[in-house]
Order: sequence, then C-alpha cells, then structure tokens
Amino acid sequence: MDTDLSSQDRKDLDKFIKFFALKTVQVIVQARLGEKICTRSSSSPTGSDWFNLAIKDIPEVTHEAKKALAGQLPAVGRSMCVEISLKTSEGDSMELELWCLEMNEKCDKEIKVSYTVYNRLSLLLKSLLAITRVTPAYRLSRKQGHEYVILYRIYFGEVQLSGLGEGFQTVRVGTVGTPVGTITLSCAYRINLAFMSTRQFERTPPIMGIIIDHFVDRPYPSSSPMHPCNYRAGEDNGAVYPSVEDSQEVCTSSFSTSPPSQCVFTVTKAHFQTPPPVVTDTLKVPMMGLAFSHQLSSSRLSYQPAALGVGSADMGYPVLFAGGLHAAHPHQLIGPGKEGGVPPVPSQPAHGTQADQERMCTPLDGVHYSAATPSSSEDTETVSNSSEGKCGSPHDLLETIFVRKVGAFVNKPINQVTMANLDIPFAMFAPKNVELEDNDPMVNPPDSPETESPLQGSLHSEGSSGSSTGNTHDDFVMIDFKPAFSKDDILPMDLGTFYREFQNPPQLSSLSIDIGAQSMAEDLDSLPEKLAVHEKNVKEFDAFVETLQ
Amino acid sequence: MVHFPPPRRQMVGPGRTRCCGPPGAAPAMNCRAEVLEVSVEGRQVEEAMLAVLHTVLLHRSTGKFHYKKEGTYSIGTVGTQDVDCDFIDFAYVRVSSEELDRALRKAVGEFKDALRGSGSDGMGQISLEFYQKKKSRWPFSDECIPWELWTIKVNVVNLANEQERQICREKVGEKLCEKIINIVEVMNRHEYLPKMPTQSEVDNVFDTSLKDVQPYLYKISYQITDSLGTSVTTTMRRLIKDTLAL
Repeated sequence: MDTDLSSQDRKDLDKFIKFFALKTVQVIVQARLGEKICTRSSSSPTGSDWFNLAIKDIPEVTHEAKKALAGQLPAVGRSMCVEISLKTSEGDSMELELWCLEMNEKCDKEIKVSYTVYNRLSLLLKSLLAITRVTPAYRLSRKQGHEYVILYRIYFGEVQLSGLGEGFQTVRVGTVGTPVGTITLSCAYRINLAFMSTRQFERTPPIMGIIIDHFVDRPYPSSSPMHPCNYRAGEDNGAVYPSVEDSQEVCTSSFSTSPPSQCVFTVTKAHFQTPPPVVTDTLKVPMMGLAFSHQLSSSRLSYQPAALGVGSADMGYPVLFAGGLHAAHPHQLIGPGKEGGVPPVPSQPAHGTQADQERMCTPLDGVHYSAATPSSSEDTETVSNSSEGKCGSPHDLLETIFVRKVGAFVNKPINQVTMANLDIPFAMFAPKNVELEDNDPMVNPPDSPETESPLQGSLHSEGSSGSSTGNTHDDFVMIDFKPAFSKDDILPMDLGTFYREFQNPPQLSSLSIDIGAQSMAEDLDSLPEKLAVHEKNVKEFDAFVETLQ
Repeated sequence: MVHFPPPRRQMVGPGRTRCCGPPGAAPAMNCRAEVLEVSVEGRQVEEAMLAVLHTVLLHRSTGKFHYKKEGTYSIGTVGTQDVDCDFIDFAYVRVSSEELDRALRKAVGEFKDALRGSGSDGMGQISLEFYQKKKSRWPFSDECIPWELWTIKVNVVNLANEQERQICREKVGEKLCEKIINIVEVMNRHEYLPKMPTQSEVDNVFDTSLKDVQPYLYKISYQITDSLGTSVTTTMRRLIKDTLAL
C-alpha cells in the first residue's frame, strides 16, 4: 500500500493527520471552556495556521494531546478520544460526550494528498466547529461555574463508550478518505442526564487515581473574572484557594498537588469514647458547598475538590441542613475552634452559633436518650466526645436541645440530662435540671471548666417548683418546664403544669394487650347467651324490619 | 486549468439564459439541492436564517487566495466566531467577516420584512445558491451555473402567551441543532466542488470582493408564498454584482 504513495506524500499525510488530531482536540476543548470563541480572519497567510483556519493553540491542551498520542497516529484500533465530563461541586462526575477520531482500513488511493485531503480535512474541522456547538454539552459548558465544571480527558486506544449511560446518541461529524485509510470523526453524547437527580456521593479519590490527566477547563468566561473564594467574613483560608489566573491561561494542569493538609478537617466518629482532638482551623463550615464549587472553578485547585469531596459531603450536611438531618453521618466536621467559633449558619439563629471560644461544651457523658431518637444520641455522644475544647457544630447543639425536650418526659430512665452548650437560642426556656443535686451536672459539672451557665442560676431558683410533680419518676430527672411566655402566678394551673399532667395519659385499656385478650375471651363466651336472647326476640325484630320497608 | 462541469443550462425564454434565471426554475441537473424546513416565531426568523446561512457559508468559504508566480497560490486564514441567539436557545459558528455578515443580514432582513408584509400567511422560503460563471462571448452574457442550492422553507407561527414562546425558544433551538447536523452531513459527502481556479478564472468561482474571506460565488433569493399557496416571485436580490443582461 505504501508503495503507491510517494514518500513525500506519505510524510505529508502523516503530518496532516497529526496536526489534524491536535487541532481537533483544540476545537473540542475550546468549545467546552464556557466562553465564546472569536478568532480573526487574515487575508495574508501567516503560514502557521493549519488547514487555513484560525484555531488558537492552548499549550496545555496541545501538550496533553501530544502526551496521549505519544508519537503515534490514529490507526485502525487506535483511536484518539476526547472525553468531556461534568463534575459538580460536590464531587460527582458524569461523562457527557466522547469525541473519537478513528481510522479505518478503507483507502482511497486516487486522492491527492497535498491538495484534496488537506482541503477536506479543513472542511472537516469547520464541521467540527459547527457540531461542537450543537450537542447538549455545549449549553452545559456555557453555564458552568458555580455548581459544576466541565473537564476533558484525552486518551488514545480503544474507544470506551460505557460511561455515557444508556441510549447515548451519536453524530458523525465527517469522514475524509486518504490513501492509508479513512479518517472518521464522530461524537457520542449522553442523553440521559437523570444522574443529577439521583446523585450519590462518590468518593472521588478513586476516580482521581484512575484518571491521571484530567484537566480542568477554565470555567469562567473572560468577561466575568473569577473571584477567590472568600464569601464570608472571617474566611482565612486564602492560601487554600489561590486566585485564578487570568483568561489567557485557559487550562492549567490538573489536580495539582494542593496537599490535603491545607484543609484539614476532622472526622469524629460517633463511637469514639475518647475522641481525637478536633483540629481544623481553616475551614469555615457554612456554605462550604459553595466554597468548594469555587475551588473547583479555580483551575489550580482542581485537586482540592477531590480531596475535599470526601469532606464536603460531610460538611455540607451538618451545616447547610442544620435542621438536623445528618445525624446519621458518623463523620462530623468540627468547626474551627480557634477564632470566632463557627460562623453564622444561615438557617440558624445567629447567637446560637456564635459559640464563644471560651464556652466549652459540657460533656454529655453517659447520656442515654430514648430509643425514639437513636441517631440523636449518636450526636450527643459525638458532641460530648468532642468537647475537649471545641464546640460541636451548631446543629448538634440545637438538636440536642430538641431531643432533650422530648426525652425529658418520656417514661424511660434517663440518668442525667445535661446542657450541652449554653449558647443556644431560647436557652432560658429549655428544660433545666432541677433536682438530684448531687448528680446534677449543672451543679457539679464534671469536666467543663469554665462553664458560665446563665442557666444555672435560674435552675436552682426554680428548682423547687417542679420537683413536686417529679416524684412519680424516681430515677427520672424532673425539670421545671418553663414554656415560653408563661408567667408563674397568673393561673393556679399554669401551662407547664398542665403540660406535664397531660403529657402522659394512661394507655387506653382496650389497647393494652392483656385486657384486650381478656375481653375477647369474655366476648366469645358470652356469644351463645346473646344469641339466645336474640332468638327470643326474633318476632320483634321482624316487625321492626317490616316497618322499615 | 479550470474544469467546469458539463454545461447544463436553464433554458428560460429564447436563446441564452439570463444569468441564473428567475427563482423557482428547476436547478441544473447536476446542481445539488437541499431543502430545510423550519417553523419559527416571527422574531426568530432572522436569527434562524442567519444561523443556517452562516453555517453553510462557513463550509463554503476559504481564505483569500494569493497567487504567486508559476500558478501556485497560498490561502489566507479563516477566523470563526461564536454567535448567541437572543430569541432562540441556540448558538452557532460563523466566519469572522463583517462584510459577509452584513450581506447576509441585509438579505435576511428583506426576507423577514417581506414575510411580515401583507398577502403572506407567514410562509416563504429563502434560497442560497452557489454558482459558477462561465464567460461567454459577446453579445451573450455570462452564464451562471449553479452547483449547489440550499432552500430554507419558513413557516411563521404566532404564539399566544409567554409560556408558549419559551417552549418555542427551546424547540426551535433543538430543531436548528438538527439542521446544522443535516448541513454537516451534506457537506461531508464531498460531492462536486468547483475545481480550484487559476488566477484569471478565480472570479468565476469565488467571490473575491470581500477583503478577509473568499466564499464561493453565491446569491440569495427568496419567495413569499401567498395565502393561495402559489409561489409568487416578489423580489430577487443580487448580492453580488453580476453583469446583467444587455
């Protein structure tokens, strides 16, 4: 076959194919940067514009493409593939498209290399320019930024279509016959974007390991410069998120080695008895999701999201959903304890979260809550275990309080009920410890040194009022329930007393099993008697029925 | 050497044809003809037409030729730019040439005005024809031999409320994506293209009047269908200065 092609032609052809491959990659990647591309026409040839098209060369992309090709050219069975995928700020990723430059064996011997093939390759590049704007990923890539970024990966070899999900569609950009084979350029793109709604938290490190040359496209259009991730006052991890380069440096190297140590966050397992000291100083917890997305956008830090992908899930939850869902998470991010404590969480009242550094958490050793909220007991344990000097994330504390309110009146043994942190909203109205002075941790808080408890004073002062009704539950700590807005002396029966008295109504007798069983047996036994009575009165019943008809 | 396709003339009237006879005449036999149909809202007509026409012209334009001695020539560079549509969820790529853009906008603007005019129920078509000139001896005018004809049939719809308009934005965007794919498919067939001309013949093949790019010779014409369904030739616009009949 090669004998038909002069050596000069062969060389030319190889050169054309190589540069065509490089330009193809440039076009595809540039089309997914999220920016509008504009290049100028020039009537005088510069000599460096391959295929007579003004396609800018992004150096990193060329470098990666050359690396992937490793000196080879697309051939049968060896295709050059550019994979475009999307990665969300939480670390989920999804493959969107796969562009393949393939070569097959069908040769066109008569074609003139230097002329026709060249022009057809040029036409194919123009078609590629047009098609790259037409697939669904284009619109996604134009909107990338806060919530997700678009990444590309180049590989050489066998085409792997498995990542595209079911029902992916293919569009053929074009073919060019050459004397050594037919070059085909096509795109397979995902249709099923339902991934987004059923996302699972992937732990990105494994993916990181496999894909070694995943690059981050510069996500922001040049018109809107990226901002470093300092949304919140007090954010002090500027070092962690270096600012983004200007628009000229479009792509930077990939998951560069921003070491995870820069963003250390602890993981406190709920089962620990002696928890490891809670460390972190850098991460501000709230809106971390956003912070990470920004990190993702920051091209330098593309590694960061991966590392933090593990944490972000955890961190996102406790804070952003501070309503208290996450309790199932064994990991908790313990917010920075150094200064200022945990910054305000949007959904929480402000003062509740601004735990002062000095306010230590009172440990909740040995708190056993009712089985109704087992997860919360995990939480409180966690909080207690982490009380070495840092406060748990605010939601914990708030949730603790909620739980305790329920637990306080449940007919289950509770050894101690303690206040976790006193900086909670409406702390004055929270259930207080009243009696059992010796065991009362508020009186003698075992481990919490400088607990300033505004509550303690009031605890003792109200101690007596609630205890009278507390005697019914011996091993049960009665606390004077002081409902909000109630006054003590207006009614003889105040809301609190009312509430307490009617909190535990007796069970319905019919619902208790033994009584039920007993009555059932009685019913069955009495049936024959009843039937006999009814039979006696048959005539009356018949007369009655007739009156009805 | 320039090789023209075997002559196929459109016989209109006695004797020689006028250059590229009236629209609606059957194209020459070896003229490739493609038809695309779109249904758009009134304000989307312009962008949709521009998107299609620019995409076709992107494929049918080269850089400026610079002839050197010994019959060789070098080709300039064609730049491209992305265009976002305002009324359609769509973006397309066009050649970076303001002159070309202006010429297309002018033609599309006239088409749009004609569509809006009375006597039309919103149906019309716009055609982009690529042709070659064949010089004839005096007193006959040059022949125009089309080799590719793109026709876009347009149906203008009227929408009642904003919600429908929003849906239309997306739908038309998707339709245009399909059209682009169709266009690319046709281009990819690598069917007849005029041979590269020598310096003396270049004006018979290419439009050399633009200063930054060089599309093949083309002309744009349109027809509005009146409510009776018959096509009425309203205007034929020449965007290239052609030599007219005597």
